[in-house]
Amino acid sequence: MRVGMPAAKAQAIFQGLMLVDADPVADALALDRLGLWALGHYSPIVAVDGIDGLVLDTEGADHLQGGEMPMITGIVNLFRARKLTARVAIADTWGAAHACVRAINRDTVIVPRGEIVRAVEKLPISLLRLPAKVVQDLRILGFQSIGELSAAPRAPLALRFGPEVGRRLDQMFARMNEPIDPIRTADLVEVSRSFQEPIGAAETIDKYVGRLVVQLVAELEKRGLGARRTDLVVHKVDNTLKAIRAGTAKPARDVAWLTKLFKDRTEKIEPGFGIEKLVLVAVSAEPLVEEQKVSSLVEEETSDITPLIDIFGNRGQRVYCMAPYASDVPERSVQRISAVAEAVDETWVGHWRRPVRLFDRPEQIQAIAMMPDYPPATITWRGKRHRVKRADGPERIFGEWWRRPNELDAVRDYFVIENDDGERFWIFRSGDGVDPQTGSHKWFMHGIFA
Amino acid sequence: MSAVRTQVLADLRDRISSIEGESARKSGHLPFGVAEIDAILPGGGLAHGALHEFAGGGSGTVDGAAAALFAAGIAARTKGPIVWCLTRPDLFFPALAQVGLLPKRVIFVESDQEEDVAGNMEEAISYGGCGAVIGEMVRLPMVVSRRLQLVAEKTGTIALAVRRWRRQTEANDFGQPTASTTRWRVSVLPSQELPVPGVGRPRWFLELMRSRAGECAEFYVGACDGQGRIDISTGSADRQDQTGRSRYSG
Repeated sequence: MRVGMPAAKAQAIFQGLMLVDADPVADALALDRLGLWALGHYSPIVAVDGIDGLVLDTEGADHLQGGEMPMITGIVNLFRARKLTARVAIADTWGAAHACVRAINRDTVIVPRGEIVRAVEKLPISLLRLPAKVVQDLRILGFQSIGELSAAPRAPLALRFGPEVGRRLDQMFARMNEPIDPIRTADLVEVSRSFQEPIGAAETIDKYVGRLVVQLVAELEKRGLGARRTDLVVHKVDNTLKAIRAGTAKPARDVAWLTKLFKDRTEKIEPGFGIEKLVLVAVSAEPLVEEQKVSSLVEEETSDITPLIDIFGNRGQRVYCMAPYASDVPERSVQRISAVAEAVDETWVGHWRRPVRLFDRPEQIQAIAMMPDYPPATITWRGKRHRVKRADGPERIFGEWWRRPNELDAVRDYFVIENDDGERFWIFRSGDGVDPQTGSHKWFMHGIFA
Repeated sequence: MSAVRTQVLADLRDRISSIEGESARKSGHLPFGVAEIDAILPGGGLAHGALHEFAGGGSGTVDGAAAALFAAGIAARTKGPIVWCLTRPDLFFPALAQVGLLPKRVIFVESDQEEDVAGNMEEAISYGGCGAVIGEMVRLPMVVSRRLQLVAEKTGTIALAVRRWRRQTEANDFGQPTASTTRWRVSVLPSQELPVPGVGRPRWFLELMRSRAGECAEFYVGACDGQGRIDISTGSADRQDQTGRSRYSG
């Protein structure tokens, strides 16, 4: 069963096959809606690609999703959660991404920078976005793959099929620009500025970005909104678009805050031959009501550092807070929470000593110890022998059978040990020292005390 | 005569600090609460609006556990949110909570590149609203440290650099000059002796290796307590823990 198969043939193969008429209008509308959703979430520049796809220019926006790979796997998973299948490809050009995404069997593919030729040369020419008639005629002439077609001399092809073939090839191999005309809705808050003479200097760009932010904030204020995602779209004179996206952790309507987020990255804009238009769009906005700032007579120092968190987030750093989690197993007792989450007041139970550094994976050590519950006399860790001078323990921690059934019997006995030099370690024995059911009775190094 | 002299001296100090920048005017000092240490430090404590550097000694150069805990103890005694910049997220927060650092105060900024740590620190210091900014870094060249120091002077935020190397042999990098105001080395010592078997309060050998406009010194201290304070410990044999005995003997 494949796309393009005659209906009668399919009915002959499968009994009781249900046929549903295609509804291209509804499909296009759904695709439009999907495009607007992607505009708010993933990229400032989104357009409908053909009848079955979307094209997104994610350069300068993927860091908000944690990078390219997390972004596209996230997209695929989102669709899968709704029982839909999506294929996502990232490539340097629209043409290459269009071809790759329709050719792959996997869910996602990322074509590395400058590897377009290798990625597409084996693909069939039907993926070249040419009219079906032209593709048919090229097949008759013996062209099967894009690689063959791009190796053929251009002049006879242009004579026979017109300039379209060469143009599509050039667009695919990034020899020709192909600007994506982004979709927009009426309720987006958008301000723009066109220049009579193209601008290029970094200071000039900064200046106009600053003015646009002021305009945008005034516009947002009128509607009582705060921006969560803001895009700066740069139109250059050579008909290319560049976009920078800045996200904020909370709805923002603060001139200094938004300006800072863009000024951090305007230096990354390559003006090329010049910029003729700057557009600032708040693609995702949330209601933001006025708030009383100072409520006491004494002026308190500000401790809201959300703008700072946004600066880090837009630089691609991971920003988080630690919070306690009710578990006795050390590696499970901390969880990362969002830096702007509600502050939690509770903290860990402080009866027992905890090491400053905790290893991701406990490292196995050799230990000489009396069995069931004495601390070791010596340990060998990373090839170095440590004589145990003082020790505390054991602190017994039981497995959490409600999380994983095979932890039902598991036991760890933790000891704090100190060697002759005063270095303090946190070691544990897997098992209670008597019953082999409870663990392997091997010793592990799990942390270092101060 | 002496009145004139003190006046002249005070005048000279004012002029020097005005040449140095506006740091002296804005900043205060964060005392350790330990008379011996505060007496050595100019101003009677760690200067706000300055960069302070901490490193471990021995194997602590690699794990940086004591240096990190010492810095956490200092941060716990400041007011306001704390930004902790790092690349290796192996810090175990319950230990920091035990020196009085509340989890809601600390925001971690984790970057992939070692070089980003200094940039993140600078951003956080220049923001101005933080109580302390801590960065765990391997390299701290002169230029970077001077930048951090200058930004800290401008905002009055206390900047703490915890040096942590990948190998113990790389740690002689700590001898290279930096622009930090004070430079400390924290080495672990055998813990305080208890009358019963067990590990007592950890002790550190604290070396003040550099102090701007001050003298170097060495101290034997007991590690940070529940409020992040250290105290002078005169050795493991002096049995300061007499009160602790009753707990063990019932």
